[in-house]
Order: sequence, then structure tokens, then C-alpha cells
Amino acid sequence: MSDPHDLSTLIFGRLSLEAIPYHEPILIGTFIMVALGGLTLLALMTRYRVWGPFWRDWITSIDHKKIGIMYIVMGLIMLLRGFADALMMRAQQAMAFGDSAGFLPPHHYDQVFTAHGVIMIFFVAMPLVTGFMNYVVPLQIGARDVAFPFLNNFSFWMTASGGALVMASLFVGEFARTGWLAYPPLSGILASPDVGVDYYIWSLQIAGVGTSLSGINLIATIIKMRAPGMTMMKMPVFTWTALCTNVLIVAAFPILTAVLVLLSLDRYVGTNFFTNDLGGNAMMYVNLIWIWGHPEVYILVLPVFGIFSEVVSTFSSKRLFGYASMVYATVVITILSYLVWLHHFFTMGSGASVNSFFGITTMIISIPTGAKIFNWLFTMYRGRIRFELPMMWTVAFMITFVIGGMTGVLLAVPPADFVLHNSLFLIAHFHNVIIGGVVFGAFAGISYWFPKVFGFKLDPFWGKCSFWFWVIGFYFAFMPLYVLGLMGVTRRMSHFDDPSLQIWFVIAAFGAVLIALGIGSFLIQLLVSYLKREQLRDLTGDPWNARTLEWSTSSPPPDYNFAFTPLVHDNDAWHDMKQRGHQRPTSGFKAIHMPKNTAAGFVISVICAAFGFAMIWHMWLLAGLSFVAMLVAVIVHTFNYKRDFHIPADEVTRTEDARTKALAALA
Amino acid sequence: MSDHRTHVVETNSHLQKRGQGHHDHDDHHGDIAYHASFKGYLVGFLLSVVLTAIPFWLVMAKVLPSSGATAAVILGFAAVQIVVHMVYFLHMNAKVEGGWSMLALIFTAGVVFIMLSGSIWVMYHLNTNMMPMHDMRTAP
Amino acid sequence: MSSSPTLAAGAEAPVFYDDGHHHPEQGTLLGFWLYLMSDCLIFAVLFGCYAVLGRSYAAGPSGADLFDLPLVAANTAMLLFSSITYGFAMLQMQAGRKNGVLLWLGITGLFGLAFLSLELYEFAHLIHEGAGPQRSAFLSSFFTLVGTHGLHVTFGIIWLVTLMVQVNRGGLILENKRRLVCLSMFWHFLDVVWIGVFTFVYLMGTLP
Repeated sequence: MSDPHDLSTLIFGRLSLEAIPYHEPILIGTFIMVALGGLTLLALMTRYRVWGPFWRDWITSIDHKKIGIMYIVMGLIMLLRGFADALMMRAQQAMAFGDSAGFLPPHHYDQVFTAHGVIMIFFVAMPLVTGFMNYVVPLQIGARDVAFPFLNNFSFWMTASGGALVMASLFVGEFARTGWLAYPPLSGILASPDVGVDYYIWSLQIAGVGTSLSGINLIATIIKMRAPGMTMMKMPVFTWTALCTNVLIVAAFPILTAVLVLLSLDRYVGTNFFTNDLGGNAMMYVNLIWIWGHPEVYILVLPVFGIFSEVVSTFSSKRLFGYASMVYATVVITILSYLVWLHHFFTMGSGASVNSFFGITTMIISIPTGAKIFNWLFTMYRGRIRFELPMMWTVAFMITFVIGGMTGVLLAVPPADFVLHNSLFLIAHFHNVIIGGVVFGAFAGISYWFPKVFGFKLDPFWGKCSFWFWVIGFYFAFMPLYVLGLMGVTRRMSHFDDPSLQIWFVIAAFGAVLIALGIGSFLIQLLVSYLKREQLRDLTGDPWNARTLEWSTSSPPPDYNFAFTPLVHDNDAWHDMKQRGHQRPTSGFKAIHMPKNTAAGFVISVICAAFGFAMIWHMWLLAGLSFVAMLVAVIVHTFNYKRDFHIPADEVTRTEDARTKALAALA
Repeated sequence: MSDHRTHVVETNSHLQKRGQGHHDHDDHHGDIAYHASFKGYLVGFLLSVVLTAIPFWLVMAKVLPSSGATAAVILGFAAVQIVVHMVYFLHMNAKVEGGWSMLALIFTAGVVFIMLSGSIWVMYHLNTNMMPMHDMRTAP
Repeated sequence: MSSSPTLAAGAEAPVFYDDGHHHPEQGTLLGFWLYLMSDCLIFAVLFGCYAVLGRSYAAGPSGADLFDLPLVAANTAMLLFSSITYGFAMLQMQAGRKNGVLLWLGITGLFGLAFLSLELYEFAHLIHEGAGPQRSAFLSSFFTLVGTHGLHVTFGIIWLVTLMVQVNRGGLILENKRRLVCLSMFWHFLDVVWIGVFTFVYLMGTLP
């Protein structure tokens, strides 16, 4: 009775073998490389029998430290794909002049720049900053984990599921061709009927759930779980920036969620929010998405401001200058970030009064950031500065970010923006602040906290190679774009007619190659550091003579972080403890209450990824089943009341005794 | 709703057996501080009924002459009823969770206000400047 | 059994380590409140869309043409009653009476189902009249805003039933009480949003 065509549509939706890009040599080549690499990895994991530990100690872990590491690893892996996109764009733009069409047709090029933006923002920058906050904040406040450890695990796997969908789009179907914000009507069902925009929507929605829950988690952690004596104004600055970042996350991501739902309704149900007819208004999408989008960039940059504060005070051997003003500046930035969003679309036509208001607020928001720069400089002044790698990244940040910030203030002037909007000047500006800020900050954070996480320092030589390639490469890659933008060159172009522009693109491509060498050096640095780990070993737990509580633990810290909760008396709590002759407790350890590992987060996220895939391909049967399965899995999980256990006192004693011995051997 | 400090009765008695003796502290610390009263709910309910009935009456019976006045009044009633719900049903005050609940509410209200007023202002200008001249009112 | 950790000699030495009695405060209620604030923002976007697109009738029907205010009043009453009955459930929880909790939760659920049924009836009727969400931007924003609220009520009812099973099995243990408080916040919050809906969408939508 059932029509076979109907049945296969119900099961497979619009998925068919045509979805696999047989005719795209670049993609086939990539797939072969990924498949070979992936199979090798799986084979090695099986050979060395790591599946058990991998499942038990990592996939099901609710330990904030492991989850933080996984976020950062994910961010770094996705950096490779996002950067590959960048290399392709630079290559295409360096060659495609006049008769030469380059090697990327527009259909493909458009997906590359869209994927580049989406991956870099959502699956590189966000996981990196989330990873840092996850790892460091509980340690800095003297806590044993975050407020909701299970939710933390679930948040990570939801982010990973979103990332998996983006990766899947490379080999099954295609990605969006709309730019990273997918403006309608281009992203509507009429102009983009294919799966690309749907991949975009579902990967962001799934990852967005993870991010929002993580925001709630970290706010509750910072508010509720600080060690006794650590008042708000005694928290480390990184914790303050983490708090403000997570407030921004909780107060901004719901807007993205809602807007993407509206876009999906337009695409799936035929509603008229952003269509050209029946009353729709595409400008409302632009308005709403930037109300999210501007706080988003502060979500990316505030944590790195925190990292720099920690690094500057540690490596200047001096208390951070102007702690209170740093806190106020961070809070002011948090609030003001909601008042500037229109500067992303001055040219859309809202008129002089509206544009002036937002232009002025945009200029005002640069002031608290300026205050922070001055505070860092005053901290360095008369300090005993050690130019270790984290400090080098910090100085590079200060110079680079200030330049980017200044071009931002230039763009904040509406008449100037009318010339420069969507030109390469804009591209240069935001890469200037994101690379100078977030990327340099991530490398500062990695080189600063790596010894804490893994127990050995990173190799300084390869780190310096990476640093110089990155910094010099950045300037070669993006300064030409300022010139091109001022000359009027538009963004997202895959081909140009004016050959006089080519030299600038070639210089930019050269810069991209230098950055590639920087990334390569970083990967080599990781490998070399691992191989030389005994020489680079740190047994003190405090290799930099730092000032905050995470440095009071062993490297790596024990599962429970602190055998006894520290009592805090002053800012820079660990520095205070060292100054005033604290004695590390060596006996009297008690059993410690800890949460259990769980598979629930991973399982629910995998089902969610299946749901997303099903919705993208209109596989309604799978979509319905996976939705129900998710609901059931969540409800079943809530029936599990036995979620914790105690680490026995003698195990704590053994761990702490080992540390006592190690410290004594050093003395 | 997961947490790593479940103070179920079983755990407490287990600790009691070990003589740690701090389970009393835990019970007090971990118990839900919920201070609802029948009177509170009743007052909240009756106020809500009144604050709902009057706006419905004003609109359905077309009591006030102008739409603008009616709109203003019913919005006012809605604002008051929201506060009634917050106080009597959600037990919101400046002391819950050390004042953080109130702070979160104020911050959210601020963001909502900025978002709504900003969007309405911006979209009004955009529509005036950029939208075509179609008449989107109802068919005659 | 419990001894203080070894500390530096000297009475003036500041104490840098807790002796094992410190327990961090419970974050669940604050965390849930923060989630509700984020939910507030989702609704704010939907209200914002309704504010901007709510008069774009595309030569189709308007609110005045469609809204059945007596039905909406009945709906509002159902939700308000469900709020007070949940309140009674919480009073029973405070008094430690498990069966009382289950009774009032059940009644709350029934009011919630009544609310949903009336709303589904209204939606079906509108769609039948040709005034579905695809007809105009006004109707798209109407259905999405009111529908999202209804979806939240639906999930609330699923949660309520689950919690009834858990309270029945496990009794009024601390964890279940915490969950009951969270659901109470959720339920009342939905009533707060409904105040916005009936005022801004239905009542003001009916005004000329």
C-alpha cells in the first residue's frame, strides 16, 4: 500500500548520494586526507588500548579541568580548518585578476568565507575562551569544580556536536554561502533552498545551547563557590572578566537562539518574518542579530583582557595597577556593549539621528578599554619584567590591539563608515582586534597555564618562532587590507578586474604563509615540549612565581583541586600566602565529596546531533525519533539521584603526601 | 538539575556514623528556605484577578474613548500585575540569594528595555526611510 | 576523628586553610533563576518582533478581526488558577505532606492542559479560517510568540508529570524539593509572560 518513493523520502528526506561532492577535487582530496588521518588515529588508539581510559577519564568526565582541556583542543583543531579556509581565500584573491579566474569558483568561494567566519568565531574563539574560563576559574576561587559539573560536560558535548555538523557539511552536502551571519533574504528559503543555511542554523543552535548553559554554570560558580574570605573585590581579575563574560553570554545568546528560530520558521514553515513579501522585514534580522553580535565580540575579548591582567602582574612581579578601575572598566564595557550594535549597519538607512547616537556610544565604549591599557602599562612601569613567552604575546597584543581599536573608532564615525562599510578596511579592523586580542591572548594563556595543566613548560625556542611568525605574518597579512579598503575594495570578492590591486593581495598572501609557519611552529612546539618534558618539568606547581590560587596546587592539580579549601585574606591570594609564610597542611586530610562521571551528556549530545542532521536533510522520521529519544534520555537522567561519591581520606592523604615529598626534594 | 552536594538523608546519616558531626550544619545549610504563606498566595491571586479583569473590561466594553488612553492604562495594569506576580508568587525581594536574584532581574529588565526600545526606534526609522510605500493595513 | 591541619606555630599566624568544614553554597536555585532570565530574553525578541511586525497584515485579517477575547479571558483564568494551585502545592511541600503536593500538582497540570487545549483550539480555528502563520508577518509573529509560550507550558507539564512520579517514588527529599521550587519558578514565570501576551497581543491587538 505504501508508495516506495514516499517511504524513502520519509527516511532519507532530501539526502541522496548526490550530496557527496564527487566533482570537487579539493573536497575529495581533503576527505581522503581526513579519512587517512582519522583511521590512523583510530588504529593507534586501538593499538595502545586507550578506548577505555578515553571513555572513562575524558568523554564522561565532569571534571572542569578535563573539560577545559577538551574545549581548547577542540578550538585548536578547528583553528586548522578555519585557517585552511583563510589560506584558500588568500590564494584565490592573490591570483584572480582579469582573465584568470583563480581556482575557486564563486559557488565554492562563498562557502569558504562563510565557513571561515562561522568556524573561527563559534568553534575556535568561543571554545578557547570557554576552555580557559572552565579550567582556571574554579582553581582561582578555591573551589573544587563548577556549580553544575554534569551540565558542564553536557555543554562541551553540545558544542562539539555543533562543530561536528559543520565538519559534516564539508563532505555531505554543502555549507551556507551567505557570510557568517546569514542575512535574509539571501538566507531565506527562496534564495538558499539548499542545505547550506540549514547546516549553519542547526550547528549554531546546538552549540548555542551548550554555550548558554555554560554561561549560567560559571556565573553560579563565581557567585556561590568562592573560598571563604574572597569577597567580590578580592577576586582575581581573570575571574572578574570571566563573570562579566558569562553575564554577556546569558544575556546575549538567547537573542541569537530566537533569531535563528525565526529564520528556521521562515525556511521550514513558510512564515514571513524576514521575507520580501507578506509583511516581512529583513532589516529586523540584521537589527536583532547584531544586538547579539556586538556583545558576542566582547564575550570573546573580555576573557583575554583577564588573561593579560594575570600575565602582566605575574611577569612584572608586581600587583596589578588599579584593580578597582579594572573591575569598573570591565563592568562598564559589559553594560555599554548593549548600546552600540547599530554601528554594524550604519549604511542600512536609519538616518542621522539614530546613526549619531550609536556613533557616539561606540566611541565612548573605547574609553574603558583604554583605561585597561593604561593600567597594564602602569603595572609594567618599575616592575621587574621577565620577557617570557606569555609576556611577549602580551606586549604584541598591546600594540596590535590598540591599532585595531583606533581603526574601530575611525569606523565609528558614520560618514567615514559610509565609505568603509563592508570594505577590506573593515575586514582588516576586526581581524586586527580579534587576532591581536583573542588569538594573541589565547597563546599567552596557553603558554602561561600549560605548565599548570600538564606539569611541564612549553619549549621556549619553538614558542618564540611561533610568536614571531604570527606577529610579523599578521602585519603582512592585514596592513595591505587597510590600504585596499581605503581604496574602495569590497569584501568577499573572489575575482577582481583591476590588476593594480594585485600586489597588495600578494603581500597579504605572503603574510598568511608566515602565519601558517607560526601555526606549524606551535604544533612543533607541542610535540617537542612533550618529547623534552623531563627537561621542562615543573615540580613546584608555581614555575612563574605567580600570584593567584591556581598556582598553589600541584601541576597538574589533583582531581579535587584543594585538599583543604584556602582561606583568603587579600587580593592576589597566593602571593599573600607566600609573603606571610603559609604552611601547606601535611596531615589531617578528610574524605572529599566529588561528583561522578556520566555518559548522559555525551549520549544526549549525539542524539541531538542526529536530530540536527535529520532536520537539515528533512529526514522527518529520524528527526521525530531523535527528538523523542532526547526527551526520554533527559527524563531518564533526572531519575538518577546517585551522582556523587567520596574520595576516601587515605587516597587524599597519599596524593598529598606525594606532593609533600616532591616539594621537600626540591628544597 | 545536578549538583555535587546532594544532601539526601542517606548521605547525612552515613557521615553521622563516621562521627564527623557536621551533618546538622549541612541540613540547615542545604535545606530550601521557602517562606510561602497561604495569605500571600491569596492576596496575589485576588490582585491578579482584579488587574486582569479590568483591562479585559476596558477593551471589550470600549470604555475609554481613545485607543491611546486604553493602551496606556492596560499596559500600566500589566506592569503592576507583573510586580504582583514577582512579589507574591515568585517571592522576589532584595535578599533572595544575597541580592543576586534582584540584580539579575534588574540587569535583564535593563537589557530587555534597551533591546525593545532600541529595536522599535531603529526599525521605525528604517521603515520610514527604506520601506516601499505599500499599505500594509487590513483590507477594507 | 577530625583534626585541624598542621599549621605554622605562633598564634598570630594567619589561617590560610579551612579545616575541612567549608561547603560551597548550593547554586541550583540561582542557576535556574539565571536560566529564566535568559528565557525572558527569548520572549523579549519575540515581543520585539511582534512590536515591529505586528501591524503588517499584508491586506489580511488583523487582531481585531480574529481575536476571541472571551476565549482569551477563559485561557487567562486557567493559567492564573494553575498558578495558585501550584502555590498550594508548595504550601503542602513546606508542611511536608507528600500526598497534598501530588494532589495540587495534579490539579495544576489539569489547568495547564485546559489552557493548552483552548489555545490549540484557537490556533486550529485560525488556521481553518486561512489565518495561519504563513498569511502575514503579523500572523507569523502572533503564532510564534503565543506558540512559544504554549510550548513552554507543554514542557512544563511534561516536567510536572515527571516530578509527580519522582515525588511519589522518592518522597519529599531535598533534591525533589529543590526541583519543585525550580518548577514553581518556571510556572509562575510563564504566567508573567502571559500577562505580557494577553495585554500586548490580544488586548492591544484588538484596539483600533
